[in-house]
Amino acid sequence: MRSAARTALLALACAAMAGPFLWMAATSLMGQLEVFSPGRILPASPLWSNYPEALTSQPFARYFLNSLVFAVAVVAGQVATATAAGYAFARLRFPGRDRIFMVFLATMMVPVVVVLIPRFLMIDAVGWIDSYQGLISTELVSVWGIFLMRQYFRTLPRDLEDAARVDGAGHWRIFWSVALPLAKPAVATLGLFAFVDAWKNLLWPLLVTRSMEMRVVEVGIAAFHSTYEINWPYQMAAGVVAVLPIALLFLFTQRYFVRGIQLEGIR
Amino acid sequence: MTRGPQSVSLRGVEKRFGDTVAVAAVDLEVRPGELMVLVGPSGCGKSTLLRLVAGLEEASAGEVWIGGRCVDDVPPGDRDAAMVFQSYALYPHMTVAQNLGFGLRVRGAGRAEIETLVGEVATVLGLSGLLSRRPGQLSGGQRQRVALGRAMVRDPGVFLFDEPLSNLDAGLRLRTRDEIAALHRRLGTTMIFVTHDQVEALSLGERVAVMDRGRVLQVGTPDEIYRRPVDLFVAGFVGSPAINRLTLARNSAGRLTGGPFRLAGIWPFDRATLAVRPEDLALDAPHADFDAAVVRVEVLGSEQRVHLDGPGDAAWVARVPPTLRVAAGDGIGVSVAWERAHLFGPDGWREGSALRPS
Repeated sequence: MRSAARTALLALACAAMAGPFLWMAATSLMGQLEVFSPGRILPASPLWSNYPEALTSQPFARYFLNSLVFAVAVVAGQVATATAAGYAFARLRFPGRDRIFMVFLATMMVPVVVVLIPRFLMIDAVGWIDSYQGLISTELVSVWGIFLMRQYFRTLPRDLEDAARVDGAGHWRIFWSVALPLAKPAVATLGLFAFVDAWKNLLWPLLVTRSMEMRVVEVGIAAFHSTYEINWPYQMAAGVVAVLPIALLFLFTQRYFVRGIQLEGIR
Repeated sequence: MTRGPQSVSLRGVEKRFGDTVAVAAVDLEVRPGELMVLVGPSGCGKSTLLRLVAGLEEASAGEVWIGGRCVDDVPPGDRDAAMVFQSYALYPHMTVAQNLGFGLRVRGAGRAEIETLVGEVATVLGLSGLLSRRPGQLSGGQRQRVALGRAMVRDPGVFLFDEPLSNLDAGLRLRTRDEIAALHRRLGTTMIFVTHDQVEALSLGERVAVMDRGRVLQVGTPDEIYRRPVDLFVAGFVGSPAINRLTLARNSAGRLTGGPFRLAGIWPFDRATLAVRPEDLALDAPHADFDAAVVRVEVLGSEQRVHLDGPGDAAWVARVPPTLRVAAGDGIGVSVAWERAHLFGPDGWREGSALRPS
């Protein structure tokens, strides 16, 4: 009885999660007016042509490339900065270490939107609007990532580092040859979250890019939503295609996502 | 790297963690090639002392010398000392060969040299067939050997062992203990070995330093430590079953008395502790110092441990030959080998031996 109730509850939760995605997929195959027919959930006859039409109505190939460059660069940057900073906060001894870390953590309470304008002004000041460096540079450090890595490094047995020190290794060597290889699961988690975050980022790319050449997928999808017209089927078709890489990624790396959420829970 | 065994000298070394004094003004000389055991209860500062020698902790005061040079400003890797950790601290992501060779690689040794040295050590320790395994695929004993090999491969002037046997089961522990002793005989390297196990300390150490609450109470050969403990703590810590004690007080005539005993001579304090090793009690001697009831007899094959109700209100244990016929409930006359009994003053320091009853 209890297990039946649990199954029902889980099914409900699954439906709530999967519902919007299925609706998106269904809408992507409807005609423009069909979308608004009352009570219509599934397309009368699937309009597969929505997909090629949507993806060629704008230069989506370029958008995907931009999104990929953006996401990969952010992953590389965040992994590099978070592992180094996380290790320093976890293991090095320097004056004010924990206070500085608290200041870092405190910045997590500042809403992203609040720093959007200052970030924009800074990028504008150095003339990087509508460029990769403008898009990427302010995303290279993740305080959440630093926190994640610090927590992970703190769980590594200190004896290992002591052994390496007696073996003659310095901080850098210990970080690179001992701590980092052992932190692979945390690095994988961080990399995945950074990738997904960058991939689905709309606000910042929308603000900092102008030309079609610099647009990312999310901005392209949003562009179906113009002042006078909303092409729901096209937007949903592009949305389905944009979600696919993430969904596939998730299928193969579920355990890292779960671990990331668990680690986040330790906070 | 072969500079031979090095001396280790601690001069007034102190280590404080905040308000806690982990090591208090320790002076200790370890001679080149000597196997010195630091023994004491957990929390006595012995591991901290070892870490100070290794350079993993910085002394709050005093100096650490290795091989005739002060190493206070020398990083751990340049101290010519290698350490074996209680947890073994093997790098889990490296193979046995990589674990053994890591220290050499850090020092910039060439691939061929590393391979040769790792091969030699692996042969000595019987690890040759395991070189491509990871620590996770090894048994406890094998991991222990890898940890030992990692220290050996660098051919250090000093070996530091931090309770390396405490994670092994009893049988393996004895075997590894013998192996370390054999290794010491063969390499002739200076070794400092930390343990909380007094049996291990006495059986392994050429000299033993007994520690308590951050202080080194006594340094001596196992026999000196056992036969002539300078401190009541040392007397009680070393030996199993523990040394028998009885508190004595000064009577109006100025003599120390307690239970059935009255010591000859005038002692300059009001209270003292009489301590007698279990084997220094005899149950079949022609004359008895006191009578006691037998509470329990432990038959251990090679000996018997006879638990006595007395002297006075103390409960003493006597260690007697297995041939002696004695049973619980017996009343028995007990004689004390006074020439081997000890007297400790109120501060715990030894005040006399070769006592005489009066």
